[in-house]
Amino acid sequence: MHMSTPAAIEVSNLGKVYDSVHAVKNLSLSVQHGEIFGLLGPNGAGKSTTLRILITTLRPTTGTATILGHDVVKEADTVRRLIGYVAQERAIDRFLTGREHLLLFAELYHLPKHEALARIDSLLKLVGLENDADRVAKGYSGGMKRKLDIACGLLPHPKILFLDEPTLGLDVQSRLNIWEHIRKLQQQGMTIVITTNYLDEADQLCDRIAIMDHGEIRVTGSPKDLKASLGGDGIWLTLIDATPEILEQLTTALQRLPFVRAIQTRESGLDIRVDGPEKALPAIMETTNSVAGCRLDGIEYHRPRLDDVFVAHTGRSLTNEPPEPTD
Amino acid sequence: MNEQIREVLALTNRWVKRLSREKFSMLFTLAQPMIFWLIFFGNLFQKAADIQLLQAPNYMSFLAAGVVVMTVLNNGLAGGIDLLFDKENGFLERLMSTPIRRSSVILSRFLFVMAITGMQILVILAVAFLFGVSPETGILGIAVILIIGMLFGVGLTAISMAMAFTVKTHGDFFSVLGFLSLPMIFLSSALVPLGAMPGWMQALAFFNPMTWVIDAVRPLIISGWSQALPQVGMALVVLVAFDALCLYGGAKAFKRSVG
Repeated sequence: MHMSTPAAIEVSNLGKVYDSVHAVKNLSLSVQHGEIFGLLGPNGAGKSTTLRILITTLRPTTGTATILGHDVVKEADTVRRLIGYVAQERAIDRFLTGREHLLLFAELYHLPKHEALARIDSLLKLVGLENDADRVAKGYSGGMKRKLDIACGLLPHPKILFLDEPTLGLDVQSRLNIWEHIRKLQQQGMTIVITTNYLDEADQLCDRIAIMDHGEIRVTGSPKDLKASLGGDGIWLTLIDATPEILEQLTTALQRLPFVRAIQTRESGLDIRVDGPEKALPAIMETTNSVAGCRLDGIEYHRPRLDDVFVAHTGRSLTNEPPEPTD
Repeated sequence: MNEQIREVLALTNRWVKRLSREKFSMLFTLAQPMIFWLIFFGNLFQKAADIQLLQAPNYMSFLAAGVVVMTVLNNGLAGGIDLLFDKENGFLERLMSTPIRRSSVILSRFLFVMAITGMQILVILAVAFLFGVSPETGILGIAVILIIGMLFGVGLTAISMAMAFTVKTHGDFFSVLGFLSLPMIFLSSALVPLGAMPGWMQALAFFNPMTWVIDAVRPLIISGWSQALPQVGMALVVLVAFDALCLYGGAKAFKRSVG
């Protein structure tokens, strides 16, 4: 890419404060043309707030964001003509049919009538909703609503598509279909930004991700690089009746082993990075047995996963995060 | 401008579609004021009411103006509910991410609520006619009633939308709504003339814009132009002030919520 070409999305020092709560803090990132970029984090991490600022429906308190060089506050109307937004599935009018949703948005995007009808027909076909287009959305399944969402987002032929939790609550087959759609759009040259709290979605779908927690970006990079940067394989120990004292003793003991690279303490065990499993596994078990009161509940070995990246940068596991009110 | 008309019409069309698909709810919305207030209440008090005090031929003709304005009140105060749900489920976000004028959503709501209110006023007057109440000021009087009703409705709808944009949960919205609507009715001349109220209630009713609106609509129905005109003039003054205040507050709440 040429140096003078601006990135598709450029965000610098973005901040949003609601009632003195910092939903987003000092956030900077850039999204390149044609990539699938993921904002990954638990509920309340600030992903949705960031997304809403980018789609111009929320004003930032501090900082700036530009979409294809246009400021999301000062040139909001221009930005709105360049983007498509795929909302979460509950943002569907259950009393309207699928086709009526698209007709409504065609009017709001000021599409010429004949072009609108042609686009709507081809979009309904693209997402496979042509047989249900004239039923009210009340009777749609989660997957069908999602398809309708995507059709609505694609209607204005956007340069950049934003998807808010595109596969939240969907079954496996529907998720794979949605991913397939998103990849096809990328092949057509579209830049795509998604928010997700699914690790596998970020891992398999996104070219690059930003891990968010408590309103801040902890780390940005491709899933592959992020995993590689952890260095070493992971071993998870889970203990029965783990007390902080026991965990501390065990950590001290394990740190003496030559192939242990790093140890992170979890509530009921340890997350250990090692150079190779062959020697490490037996030695770790031996050490564990040698510490008084230390009873092993489980041991798990794995190659670096995105979950480990998440733990390494936020100090906790995404999957163990209890749901908080949405941001 | 042309684009904005398209936006407002498309959004209004959505409200119409929604209502037409909720047939049950539509029927009750439309029929409730007629059945409950006009037919039951009107006939219930037909004999009990003091004609002398009412200064009307009968209670039904007295009550007709009250029911018309109560309908405006209920429609207006409920006017923001659909936006509240749109805000809560994210549909509003979706609308606002499109290149529409920010005001189009609000305008579509006003247009829709006013159209429904106007139709209901006509239906109420038609039902009253079946019970022998025919407006003394004729067709022109009915047109004036519609204008006054809509002017009142605009302010009320603005209050309702301001609340929809401000409240944290829809529970709050309905609590405030319930708290507002009945006192507005009882502390007005909807059901009894001010002269029949205890002094403290009279004093409160005096500051209720609804009283002024009813006192303009009532002579249009039961008296005639000579008595109605000064009242209509007063009501217009009150309504312009009321609407200005409500629209200002509504615009502020909207700006704060959608930017």
